[in-house]
Amino acid sequence: MTKHQDPLTKQQDYMTKQQEQMTKRNDPLDFEQQLRDVPEHYPLLQILAEDGTLKNEDLYQVLAPTDQELTLIMDWMVWARTYYDRTEKLAKQGRLGFYGPGVGQEASQIGSILAFDKQDFMLAGFRDIPQMVMHGATLENVYLWSRGHVKGNHYPDGVEMIPPQIIIGAQVVQGAGIGLGLRKRGKAQVAFTYIGDGGTSQGDFYEGLNFAGAFQANFVLFIMNNGYAISTPREMQTAAPTLAQKAAAAGIPGIQVDGMDPLAVLLAARKARDWAVSGKGPVLVENITSRFGPHSLSGDDPTRYRSQESFDYWSKRDPLPRYRRFVEGRRLWTEEAEEAAIARATEDVKRAIQAADEVPAQKVSDFLRTMYEMPTAELQEQILFYEEKERA
Amino acid sequence: MAELTMVQALTDALDLALAKDADTLIFGQDVGLNGGVFRVTQGLQAKYGEERVFDTPLAESGIGGLAIGLALQGFRPLAEIQFVGFIFEALDSIANQAARWRFRMGGKQNLPIVFRTPFGGGVHTPEMHGDSLEGIIAQTPGIKVVIPSNPYDAKGLLLAAIEDNDPVFFLEHMKLYRSFREEVPEGYYTIPLGQAKLVREGTDVSIITYGAMVLEAVKAAETLAAEGISAEILDLRTVSPLDIERIRETAEKTGRVVIVQEAQRQAGVAAQVAARIAEHSILHLKAPIARVTAPDTTYPFGLAENLWLPQAADIHRSAKALLAY
Repeated sequence: MTKHQDPLTKQQDYMTKQQEQMTKRNDPLDFEQQLRDVPEHYPLLQILAEDGTLKNEDLYQVLAPTDQELTLIMDWMVWARTYYDRTEKLAKQGRLGFYGPGVGQEASQIGSILAFDKQDFMLAGFRDIPQMVMHGATLENVYLWSRGHVKGNHYPDGVEMIPPQIIIGAQVVQGAGIGLGLRKRGKAQVAFTYIGDGGTSQGDFYEGLNFAGAFQANFVLFIMNNGYAISTPREMQTAAPTLAQKAAAAGIPGIQVDGMDPLAVLLAARKARDWAVSGKGPVLVENITSRFGPHSLSGDDPTRYRSQESFDYWSKRDPLPRYRRFVEGRRLWTEEAEEAAIARATEDVKRAIQAADEVPAQKVSDFLRTMYEMPTAELQEQILFYEEKERA
Repeated sequence: MAELTMVQALTDALDLALAKDADTLIFGQDVGLNGGVFRVTQGLQAKYGEERVFDTPLAESGIGGLAIGLALQGFRPLAEIQFVGFIFEALDSIANQAARWRFRMGGKQNLPIVFRTPFGGGVHTPEMHGDSLEGIIAQTPGIKVVIPSNPYDAKGLLLAAIEDNDPVFFLEHMKLYRSFREEVPEGYYTIPLGQAKLVREGTDVSIITYGAMVLEAVKAAETLAAEGISAEILDLRTVSPLDIERIRETAEKTGRVVIVQEAQRQAGVAAQVAARIAEHSILHLKAPIARVTAPDTTYPFGLAENLWLPQAADIHRSAKALLAY
């Protein structure tokens, strides 16, 4: 039988161990320890279990959603899934230009956008169509943008948004600028944007995040980590075990979220917005999600680079059935509600594509007029030339 | 009126712009307390505070993005890129994003940004500092490119650039910053963008140029005058858009044209001027269009600058050849 240690010895042991650990942690040459320590700071935020039951009651209480909010999330996720379904058909019929489907990412999309005000400034990526629509763009804008028509960028008045960024990373440096502008104006609003996992390798990602941190800009940046930048897997982008940890270098908070759990995404987004709006600077949120389909419908075939196991793994985590089980369990969602959401999206798509079909063709003479506030002499010559051509 | 260097004239313009419009912001590397590496923003942070005149982290693309974002919030950003050689880092913001904004938004949104940057050779900077990169931006629709050749123009053109509702790339020749002083009126005045200036009237040959080459052209014209040849000099002042009317007038008046640029021959502006003259005025010409430019090599090492940069003698030789044609 071993003797019990007296309390004092125990305490001393504890302190020695602590000290040892401290020394270990503080050893600047212990690279392995340093690398091991980092991911611990970025635990995965999750509220719902994978079967749609409540996994973290405490965090759920922090979020404290109303029934109406819970229903709204489901409503928009179904809307988004239907939009993707209908839009893919339109794209396959050749009625659209570029189209990047977001099936699988709905929880990350809807959960994040619901945290923001209409007066917050959205900088979209090209896959962030549901958020754009929820932030005030029309679906007609979206389809015209896809086709390549300037009216795709004419959002209704008062919508705080710029067109989807194509140069990956530019939304981060620009978002930092808008966030700084909002802070300078003393507005209780933020700029927010989205980037993919591949986008975090861009210089502008770091520059923008660093600028936003240095200026304490009102800015929230979501990484939609869906595992692939077209075909390049997330693991090949960086040696960093999490993307959220990239916040540390900018001196700002970073958080890793289960992006298939809309409640976790909403909570992270709200906390991030609260932080940014209070003048404490930007926050980086990494949503771990998956796109079930191709990068775009312009010839991408995900089976070329993705295993069946990957599809199976992620489809089991499909945010729609998962969250549907949760809201059905609370008697907040019915088959009728589901059908109504599908009908709403179907109708929206139908109306938008009709409206897009009716928009007049673009004119080069109009383009020439919009290069500068006043057309230069060179442009005036060209306007006359094209006007004549357009009359013919 | 006071005699000012170009640096002083530029500082004066920035001071007046900050005083006139509270939305005007100056930012860039070392532009705050330090007043910029060339001291163009000297004293402005002390006068207008750190909210309006501020240093940025050392990253040009970040500066470009910041300018766009701030302009979208209703500010008039005056962003300084420390040396023109560094603009490649910000080229997406300048040439790809800012330049296309009004077009992309169908005329419904604009970005009133001025990107200021020192450029040009002859002052022995380390490599990748002093190139003449105006052609890269001038070939980009949607952004204006302004290059003053003297303190008076520098002030009026910079104030006009700041008033302009479109993005402007404003190039300040490093050799001209402190090389001479001239009378610069006090107070606010603007010189319209896109208007060339007749620096010297003449009848035999037109020298069309801009930036530091205006001084070389004047020297060449004096030598020519001593030989009984009357040279006209047109200072473009804005290289995009070009003042095609004045270019045409002088070309048709003298019938002989020497276009002078400090940049390499393949680098753009002189070629565009030559093309416009060929299109509009070729039947008025008595000799082929001549270009005096730097050779098509990479910008040279410091000790070779004077072998490389176009000089008055080159302009003189070229003009004489046209006269003898």
